[in-house]
Amino acid sequence: MSDPKIEGLELKPGFRGMAQDTGSDQTMFKGVHWGKAMMWIFLLSDTFIFSCFLISYMKGRGSTPVEWPNPSEVFALNAFGVPVPLLLIAIMTFVLITSSGTMALAVKYGYEKNRKMCGWLVLATALGGLTFVGMQAFEWSKLIHEGVRPWENPFGAPQFGSFFFMITGFHGTHVTFGVIFLFIYAYKVFAGHYDEGKRGWFTTMKGDYVEIEILGLYWHFVDLVWVFIFAFFYLW
Amino acid sequence: MSEEFNDNKTIHAQSSETISGGGSSAAPDIDYVRPAEVEEQDLYHGHSFITKWVFCQDAKVIGVQYFLLATFTGIVGLILSWLMRLQLGFPGAAGFMTAEHYYQFVTMHGMIMVVYFLTALFLGGFGNYLIPLMVGARDMVFPYLNMVSFWMFFIAVGVLMASFFVPGGPTGAGWTLYPPQTILEGTPGSGAGILLMCLSLILFVAGFTMGGLNYLITILQARTRGMTLMRMPLTVWGIFTATVLAMLAFPALLVGALMMSLDKVLGTSFFMPTILKAGEVLEYGGGSPILFQHLFWFFGHPEVYIVALPAFGIVSDLISVHSRKNIFGYRMMVWAIVGIGALSFFVWAHHMYVSGMNPWFGFFFATTTLIIAVPTAMKVYNWILTLWRGNIRMNTVMLWCLGFIVTFVNGGITGIFLGNVSVDVPLSDTYFVIAHFHMVMGIAPLMVIMGAVYHWFPLVSGRFLDEKLGKWHFWTTFLGAYSIYFPMHYLGFIGVPRRYFEMYDSPYMTSAVGMNEFISLAAFLVGAAQFILIYNIIKTLKTGKRAGSNPWKACSLEWLTPSVPPEHGNWGDRLPVVHRWCYDYSVPGAKEDFITQTTPPSEVQNTGVEKT
Repeated sequence: MSDPKIEGLELKPGFRGMAQDTGSDQTMFKGVHWGKAMMWIFLLSDTFIFSCFLISYMKGRGSTPVEWPNPSEVFALNAFGVPVPLLLIAIMTFVLITSSGTMALAVKYGYEKNRKMCGWLVLATALGGLTFVGMQAFEWSKLIHEGVRPWENPFGAPQFGSFFFMITGFHGTHVTFGVIFLFIYAYKVFAGHYDEGKRGWFTTMKGDYVEIEILGLYWHFVDLVWVFIFAFFYLW
Repeated sequence: MSEEFNDNKTIHAQSSETISGGGSSAAPDIDYVRPAEVEEQDLYHGHSFITKWVFCQDAKVIGVQYFLLATFTGIVGLILSWLMRLQLGFPGAAGFMTAEHYYQFVTMHGMIMVVYFLTALFLGGFGNYLIPLMVGARDMVFPYLNMVSFWMFFIAVGVLMASFFVPGGPTGAGWTLYPPQTILEGTPGSGAGILLMCLSLILFVAGFTMGGLNYLITILQARTRGMTLMRMPLTVWGIFTATVLAMLAFPALLVGALMMSLDKVLGTSFFMPTILKAGEVLEYGGGSPILFQHLFWFFGHPEVYIVALPAFGIVSDLISVHSRKNIFGYRMMVWAIVGIGALSFFVWAHHMYVSGMNPWFGFFFATTTLIIAVPTAMKVYNWILTLWRGNIRMNTVMLWCLGFIVTFVNGGITGIFLGNVSVDVPLSDTYFVIAHFHMVMGIAPLMVIMGAVYHWFPLVSGRFLDEKLGKWHFWTTFLGAYSIYFPMHYLGFIGVPRRYFEMYDSPYMTSAVGMNEFISLAAFLVGAAQFILIYNIIKTLKTGKRAGSNPWKACSLEWLTPSVPPEHGNWGDRLPVVHRWCYDYSVPGAKEDFITQTTPPSEVQNTGVEKT
């Protein structure tokens, strides 16, 4: 679509032109799907939630008078009789990051209208997420078995258990919701809803492969947050 | 009128072909508007009572639903304030009132008024009704989500109100909910009350996020052709910026509320230090109560502007329409709104000067606080300069606007007192603070709400509210509010502390007894005066004067719908095309004293319109 040259309508050079383009009529983000813009803004808001959690964690860890437990001992796993620090967590992180890769490929094949590949990749992502949640459940039960509780733990400051369960729980909830939606979307891809533009169950909006990308944004975000949680809880 | 112009006016929104005189035509088309780049929205039209009026996806109905529910909670808050004033003015007059009740009423009054009344009314009520109409959209971009947003708010209000009826009653920790006392025995409502409060806040935030995403994306991505950002009414700018603030500030509240609930239910110690009670050490230990204060005020201060910015925006539009002048310094007004919004994230600790912070932090936060006065003062000057030599209509709407300016300046000036650490420390937790924030974020935004109700009621219902009743309503409220809050400044100066159930016999407080009685009487009167509006609305709906379309001769889009009140889809067959900003009042050389946003330049060629 090429606009005819109209006096005063062409963009001015530099910052003024940028401002003019940003503020121009109809849309600020040209050609961006409403849902995609919404997801970005939602994720910005969600970033603030996780930032509040992590900053509270730093403050809590800094202000408790009791010694903080040593993460490489607490999170160690016995493999062949040798305690290996961060073994489980390394596998969990690897699985989750890999699922981000399959998600990105699913988006690519979605836009290529390759229904089969897209569907399988979404499904693979869902299974990766499910594995992650399963391993997290294993980790939780191991810690609970060792006596770690939200209000106390045998290794040191009780805040360790409080923050660990709250923040990984909140993140795990995000992953779980992601997994549920990934399964639903995998079904929708295989059933061809995005090829036909079939309307959604509740929203009556027409289906489009852009929804895979929107879900992908969420999924990558959840993975990114995990990287921060990983750094703050397991490496600090 | 040329053929070309006709073409332009009847362009269907769905068409994406470029409209112009074509390459061959020598004269440039002055009515050119860029072709549509947003697809026509397909809407779900309700067909039964339930889908049309209850679980409705029309933003206008949702706006009215928000408005009514927020008004209901507002009336609950009002009744609580009456009970508080009854106790303060005439101790013991309400026989059932114990100190515990008093604290609970203080807490619930504060939380209800700030979050469930003002925020819900401005963003949920005015936001939903006005945004799609003002930017020329058919509806919000995600109507289903919008509906869920309202019903989440409904549940949040239900949970909040339920806390009045649980054992122990609602929480009585003050609306700031400071731990550790909030969840410790001895504080009223430290059991179920505080849990329901936290749950209700979490639900409110979740519901608001859904609505907020709608407002933002509708404004950013669904404007009509020709509606550039710098042609939007300031109302939309105010609501937009406030929503951005809410999206970034509410997370802190959510996290705070969640951690507080865990402290209560699971016995974690996020906010709980080691506590000795009757010689025994409690289970808690090692947490930081100050952390909650930071989380709360990181939400709490932007919250002030979440309430104030929509009020700023709305009042700018009302003043401009009713003084028949363009708003003075439109771009300055926009940047002031955005600037205030950005600065509001860097001032939160001025609520915590007495928490024992490092003096350098106090210095930093005092500085940022005072910097906010700059854009705010610019706005006040611009409102006054808009009025300057305007063709002012002294109707009820204008009275509320003038009342707002005066009250806001008053409350703002006491804010400059309190922003300074050395002045704040002695005044902290006295009635001076009460007077300050009620003036600046209670009464002032409320005046804007009232003005907005009188202004937009003809759009919503098709009928004018009664002017005579409106003036009674205004003068009672205005003079009454001053009678309440002006003496409170004095009470603060002589050191009367806030949140005290009774003043007892201390000598400096006995001098305040007569004043307290006077304030209470004024409070009863002002509260009662609000029912004039409710009576006015009921009366008007039946017998009010019919307004017709665009009764105030306004320029902005919401008055230009094909039917009044607007129907679902707002615009009939064709979306409007916008050619100018919404403040072209009293343009020299124009036939009438206003040029609507949809009037193409070719129709007003020999006038003094500026290019916007």
